[in-house]
Amino acid sequence: MSGHALLEIRGLRARVGETEILKGLDLTVRAGEVHAIMGPNGSGKSTLAGVLAGRDAYQVTAGTVTLDGQDLLGLPPETRAARGVFLGFQYPVEIPGVGNLYFLRTALNALRAGRGEEPLDAIDFLALAKEKMKLVELDPAFGSRSLNEGFSGGEKKRNEVFQMAVLEPRLAILDEIDSGLDIDALRVVSRGVEAVRGPARAIVLVTHYQRLLDHVVPDVVHVMAGGRIVRTGGRELARELEQTGYAWAGERGATIPGEVRP
Amino acid sequence: MTTAQQLKELTEQRYRYGFVTDVEADAVPPGLSEEIIRLISRKKGEPEFMLAWRLRAYHHWLGLEAPTWAHLRIAPIDYQSIVYYSAPRSKKPLGSLEEVDPEVKRAFEKLGIPLEEQLRLAGVAVDAVFDSVSVATTYKERLAEKGIVFCSFSEAVREHPALVEEHLGSVVPATDNFFAALNSAVFSDGSFVYVPRGVRCPMELSTYFRINAKDTGQFERTLIVADEGAQVSYLEGCTAPMRDENQLHAAVVELVARDGAQIKYSTVQNWYPGDAEGRGGIYNFVTKRGTAHRGAKISWTQVETGSAITWKYPSVILLGDDSVGEFHSVALTNHLQQADTGTKMIHVGKNTRSTIVSKGISAGRGQNAYRGLVKIAKGAAGARNHSQCDSLLIGDRCGAHTFPTIEVRNPTATVEHEATTSKISEDQLFYCRQRGISEEDAVSMIVNGFARQVLKELPMEFAVEAQKLLGLSLEGSVG
Ligand SMILES: Nc1ncnc2c1ncn2[C@@H]1O[C@H](COP(=O)(O)OP(=O)(O)O)[C@@H](O)[C@H]1O
Ligand SMILES: [Mg+2]
Repeated sequence: MSGHALLEIRGLRARVGETEILKGLDLTVRAGEVHAIMGPNGSGKSTLAGVLAGRDAYQVTAGTVTLDGQDLLGLPPETRAARGVFLGFQYPVEIPGVGNLYFLRTALNALRAGRGEEPLDAIDFLALAKEKMKLVELDPAFGSRSLNEGFSGGEKKRNEVFQMAVLEPRLAILDEIDSGLDIDALRVVSRGVEAVRGPARAIVLVTHYQRLLDHVVPDVVHVMAGGRIVRTGGRELARELEQTGYAWAGERGATIPGEVRP
Repeated sequence: MTTAQQLKELTEQRYRYGFVTDVEADAVPPGLSEEIIRLISRKKGEPEFMLAWRLRAYHHWLGLEAPTWAHLRIAPIDYQSIVYYSAPRSKKPLGSLEEVDPEVKRAFEKLGIPLEEQLRLAGVAVDAVFDSVSVATTYKERLAEKGIVFCSFSEAVREHPALVEEHLGSVVPATDNFFAALNSAVFSDGSFVYVPRGVRCPMELSTYFRINAKDTGQFERTLIVADEGAQVSYLEGCTAPMRDENQLHAAVVELVARDGAQIKYSTVQNWYPGDAEGRGGIYNFVTKRGTAHRGAKISWTQVETGSAITWKYPSVILLGDDSVGEFHSVALTNHLQQADTGTKMIHVGKNTRSTIVSKGISAGRGQNAYRGLVKIAKGAAGARNHSQCDSLLIGDRCGAHTFPTIEVRNPTATVEHEATTSKISEDQLFYCRQRGISEEDAVSMIVNGFARQVLKELPMEFAVEAQKLLGLSLEGSVG
């Protein structure tokens, strides 16, 4: 049922300054699959997401990452984006004075240009945006507001999913897209994620709650601890974790420091 | 690549207007003296009152010292090495566009300012000033039908001497300050606008200033008079060739808004800023001021991206009751550029209102200072001012400074001042890049977002140009 290996990570090690955070990580995600990466705070989930997207603060010291068999680590973030990598941010940034839709159209057309496609004109874009805003029940008023400025936590997350739905990435990595959401918002966000799900795409959900996985049922669940994947299983693994917690993971991984905002 | 390297690479910006036009020039010898002033006045065929006015200004200037209070480092200027008058030579007096030197026409075309009327964007009349003289004014006849005068200052002195004599120096006296006095003594041209009572000017008026000749200063003077209830929107743009020496531009702009009149004055200033090491560039020392009579409104909008040094404070004297003054400014400094700019709002009349929005952007080793004065006179009951000064820093070698001064002499007045300083963060840049937007485009987008409140005050076609200019002037400097 699953397709070819879309994302392949082998022996990945990465550090921030002198501190090694990812300590030899392996992961294969096939086209069509949804993976969940769970794990205690500080285990390196956001670091992994940041390394895949090309954040400057992290230094990769060993290992390989390929997308469709092609090296990803040598590419700047915008080129990775053009290849189809999308990161849903745990903390989406605010950009005052830059309209939400203006930003998204600039992004979409930059991606299209990167793929050698014609830009989408304002009218076609607006039609597309309207449809996708409906999908995540984002009020049209959010279109002209400044990017994320004054948005509530839930609105920011919804906006991330809205952007994903418009940009149609091949590999979407959603970092704690469920944190701080009430049950309604969780349902809406899940619907947005399900809409992106498809045979040519893959989704990696980073979360430490099982409840998102009731709505978006993953094909594979991983547990991360101390900078490595320490267990892999089916969706029942997520339920098990809910019962037992992550205490056991600490023994197999490194110590588990508290979470620090990147 | 490290951020420092990116910063360096991305700030190596090119100036697109740095070309020199080869024209035969009619110039006076360098230096300043009574003889030179008499020569300039004679060349322009001026009436006696003009020469007398110039000479008074000159003698006053001799007793003045260049101001040193601004937050600027200015190398000493040798006023005796400057050429105070240079004009493209023409065989006969300029009567029509056909007689403009084709080289000069081509220069303006390169700048995107074609002088042929049929080529102009509908709705903008242009006065083009090349070095010391106005070379062409478009749409004059159409404006004349409504009684609007739009011409070069020289022509106004010849054709409308009474209007000029009445208003010249009425807002910025010849003795106002060092650079205004210098301008008054030697100014060679500029634009003149008169809009009669109750007339709403049917198109944007615009002046385009170009410094071409070497070692030449540009000293233009603009005078705009909007009679009772009249309305006019005026724009100015400017560029200069790239040269290793600094060139002086000391202009004066005077606005008179009679009762109920409205003047909107917009500037997109893109004088050559100097190179990345701070060599060359224009010294832009400008005095701009308007007087708003009862119920009148004067609105200054400026986008300052060029010049090595900018020293200017477009101001409004709110003389009449219920008059309104506005100042919207974006000032960008990159490399070693310095700007000390802001405004003065002088509230004299009752229930006068003023708004100040200043957006300073500093990149490279640029230094940007906002300097503002809000003065509420004793009689200005119910006066209100709101000031907002925001600074954006790109990188950590630049500086932003604010020097607001508030003087309130009437207890019923309301004065509010807000100030913020922010930086373009790595997080913002990464967010944009993750979405596929290049670093350069991201910086330009963030800067434009920061400046949006001001840019939206500009007339449409200039807003687009200004937006591009901001991106170009930064070419993505990262912090
Ligand atoms: N920018 C950073 N600077 C310093 N330490 C960091 C940075 N980002 C992450 N870390 C550290 O790396 C470890 C993993 O963090 P993170 O990847 O955010 O974990 P998770 O997302 O699983 O909670 C933590 O110990 C955290 O303190
Ligand atoms: Mg995290």
